[in-house]
Amino acid sequence: MASDALSLANVHAFYGDSHILHGVSFSLQPGAVLALLGRNGAGKTTCISTIIGFLKPRDGDIRLFGEPIGGLSPERISRLGIGLVPQGRRIFPSLTVRENLTVARQRESTAANPWTVNRIYEMFPPLRERHAQFAGTLSGGEQQMLAIGRALMGNPRVLLLDEPSEGLAPLIVAEVGRAIRRLKQEGQSIVLVEQNIQLALDVADQAVILNTGRCVFAGSAAEVLNNEQLVEQNLGVFHAH
Amino acid sequence: MQFWIIQGLNSLSFGGLLFLLSSGFSLIFGLMRLANLTHGAFFMLGTYFGAIALRTYDGLNLWVTALGAGFAVAAIGGLFERLVLTRLRSNPLGQVLVTLGMAFIISDACLVLWGGDSIPVPTPQNLQAPTRVFGFVFPTYRLVLVGCAVASALALYFLLERTRLGAMIRAGVDDRQMARAVGIPVSNLFTVVFCLGAGIAGAGGVLGGPILSAYPGLDADMLPLALIVVILGGIGSLLGAFIGSFVIGLIYTFGTALFPELAYIILFLPMIVVLAFRPQGLFGRVGA
Repeated sequence: MASDALSLANVHAFYGDSHILHGVSFSLQPGAVLALLGRNGAGKTTCISTIIGFLKPRDGDIRLFGEPIGGLSPERISRLGIGLVPQGRRIFPSLTVRENLTVARQRESTAANPWTVNRIYEMFPPLRERHAQFAGTLSGGEQQMLAIGRALMGNPRVLLLDEPSEGLAPLIVAEVGRAIRRLKQEGQSIVLVEQNIQLALDVADQAVILNTGRCVFAGSAAEVLNNEQLVEQNLGVFHAH
Repeated sequence: MQFWIIQGLNSLSFGGLLFLLSSGFSLIFGLMRLANLTHGAFFMLGTYFGAIALRTYDGLNLWVTALGAGFAVAAIGGLFERLVLTRLRSNPLGQVLVTLGMAFIISDACLVLWGGDSIPVPTPQNLQAPTRVFGFVFPTYRLVLVGCAVASALALYFLLERTRLGAMIRAGVDDRQMARAVGIPVSNLFTVVFCLGAGIAGAGGVLGGPILSAYPGLDADMLPLALIVVILGGIGSLLGAFIGSFVIGLIYTFGTALFPELAYIILFLPMIVVLAFRPQGLFGRVGA
């Protein structure tokens, strides 16, 4: 449907000969946050890699606001409006904080209120203090802020966040959660991959659960919270309440 | 005393020439992880272009010629990179063989086109009068060459470290895949880098022309020098290439003047010592 911000239909993806995604389908509503959940190895990151173009789907259809993007190069997909905050952050260590932001600046004319380096600094004040520092010397939390800021500088129509709370102290996790909520308030469409299910379902409207490369659930985040059996079976040790 | 000062100035100007030769090689190696063995041939091509252009068109300015030859060699380099080298990404052995093969092709093409005699490149008229340095007479053009090397070093530093384009290139070096995911066309930028490296070699070839002349085998004479400079200074380090050029300029000039029969030993021995005891070079980063 053209009204979806992002839609995957029957997507199959392989790493070499191993079949990782077995016909994954889901769609993200504009302005919504979709939590993409599942155990380790369920195919969440593979799903993200396929959307951004690191991995070409062998079959199926990926659309960004109705425009097919499946199999395009990462730079094309990025220019069409998908922003990625990757697993492990992957900031550019030998660039300064400011350079990390400026190299990712694009699509300014497409946004009503485009992101600027200053707006990123307002959102994450520690980055302003460290603007001339090499990004490789930042703490994990600061690197995560930088990775989010870098993705926003591209003024994405859909933001992919892959495990933004991974390896961070609880205080920092809370701050990342606040940032995601703020982006949601501003109308940013987001796909959020999280091991921290509490954080994910707190902020998400929609939820999709993957299990061994298949979609086993697609619905509202509230449904997941209220379905303990679903959670037990697919997400392991988590207890909703 | 005269010997030391004159040879000191000679080393300085030879160092400048070496930087114009090796900075492009260092740039391409450092940013693209590509040992471009065509580099000596690009330099020679520049020298031939300059020699022929200046012989054909009377009153043509050397600096304009260097600029034009730089663009011409950059274009040839860009085509070579786009059409051939992009297919050999992550195949270093293939890259070495192909760039070496390309060097032979260019070398033979020059021989066919312009014959086996050396063709001089005239020194610009206004620089033909010698300059007095500490009371000693020294060719002005050689001093200007040092200025050219310093200017191009500063320009390269500014481009790579102080501009958004330079930061995008460095982002592509840091994490190629992630750079693409933020919309940086890494492959196109690396073509730009290759053109730039080849273009500097081409322009450097013209500027070195008044000292070296265009002759068959110039490429094979220059390539080892570029390798030595870059290995000594540190792979991919602009500062390393700069310092390395002047160190080699010094060693080579004094070595050949004092012990002419040991010229090549004097040239290659420091490289072997560096490779054995400090493989990353004087200014290279470990793991770079």
